[in-house]
Amino acid sequence: MAVAKLVLAATSGKSSKILLGLRVLAFLATLSAAIVMGLNKETKTFVVGNVGNTPIKATFTAKFQHTPAFVYFVVANAMVSFHNLLMIALQLFGGKTELTGFRLLSIAILDMLNVTLLSAAANAAGFMAEVGKNGNKHARWDKICDRFATYCDHGAGALIAAFAGVVLMLIISAVSISRLVQPNKCSISTTA
Amino acid sequence: MVKVTQRLGGLVLRFAAFCAALGAVIAMVTSRERSSFFVLSLVAKYSDLAAFKYFVIANAIVSVYSFLVLFLPKESLLWKFVVVLDLFFLVNGKLTVKMVTMLLTSSLSAAAAVAQVGKRGNANAGWLPICGQVPRFCDQITGALIAGLVALILYVFLLIFSIHSVVDPFLLRKS
Repeated sequence: MAVAKLVLAATSGKSSKILLGLRVLAFLATLSAAIVMGLNKETKTFVVGNVGNTPIKATFTAKFQHTPAFVYFVVANAMVSFHNLLMIALQLFGGKTELTGFRLLSIAILDMLNVTLLSAAANAAGFMAEVGKNGNKHARWDKICDRFATYCDHGAGALIAAFAGVVLMLIISAVSISRLVQPNKCSISTTA
Repeated sequence: MVKVTQRLGGLVLRFAAFCAALGAVIAMVTSRERSSFFVLSLVAKYSDLAAFKYFVIANAIVSVYSFLVLFLPKESLLWKFVVVLDLFFLVNGKLTVKMVTMLLTSSLSAAAAVAQVGKRGNANAGWLPICGQVPRFCDQITGALIAGLVALILYVFLLIFSIHSVVDPFLLRKS
């Protein structure tokens, strides 16, 4: 049956290399999302009124800390990238560490938890960004993307990276679960 | 005996999650309030905000999925199938427990993020909180979010539970 064949292929020696490559990609994606959103800040000066002939200027700043959803986004992406870094380090420098049943299970559960964490963060930031981009006339919330275009662009880039990270983490979690179902072929030194 | 209690526990969890998700959908869909905002009349509906629409759709999908899975025959065989299907969740577009958990958590976090702005506003963006004008709407949204959170927690238990019921034989053998 195709399912059994795929499961077998996923737990051969190649699965470690595939997993490593996927984890590196996911680490880079989530790290870049966290960094880009963490450094997201734009300051602009607007003319808010006129006193006679002289315009009054006020300076406004758009920072990611103003929105709690973006703060959660940065924190969650940092946590997921740290988790991936730990797993990469374990795989590269683990040496002859034997993956017993509980260790495999904990890796699979941690991967699943991180997938849900990252998807929640990406979704919350995505919906907040949609409100910021389009505004909401029912609640009388003005959009801010027409005034802070660079801030919005950087945020969009971070969001794309985070969603790519979500897809990658989903695949990683699926491969981890497949290694769980057939544990007798798995140890860290199973490469090539 | 252990198998029977496992199946029963799974059924109870799923039924509770179905009730919670259904409650969340109903609470959010029936939240509608009209109030006057200075000289304008403001009608607050859940469909004004995209995050709430996504919350309703996601929780409706989850409740329908829970209801259908409750009646699966031969559950002992299909539990393992459901977990192994996690590998190939794109096969025939089938939902599994993991995908459902992701749906739940993403919809809950999005709705909570937007509801938080509605409750406290965002001073830096000039967004005023709307909960002062429509308090009953806000309370019902809060109730729906809490029901969604309960459904999410139950599904996380179900996730660990379903993995454990499949993998436990392997772990026992390896000790």
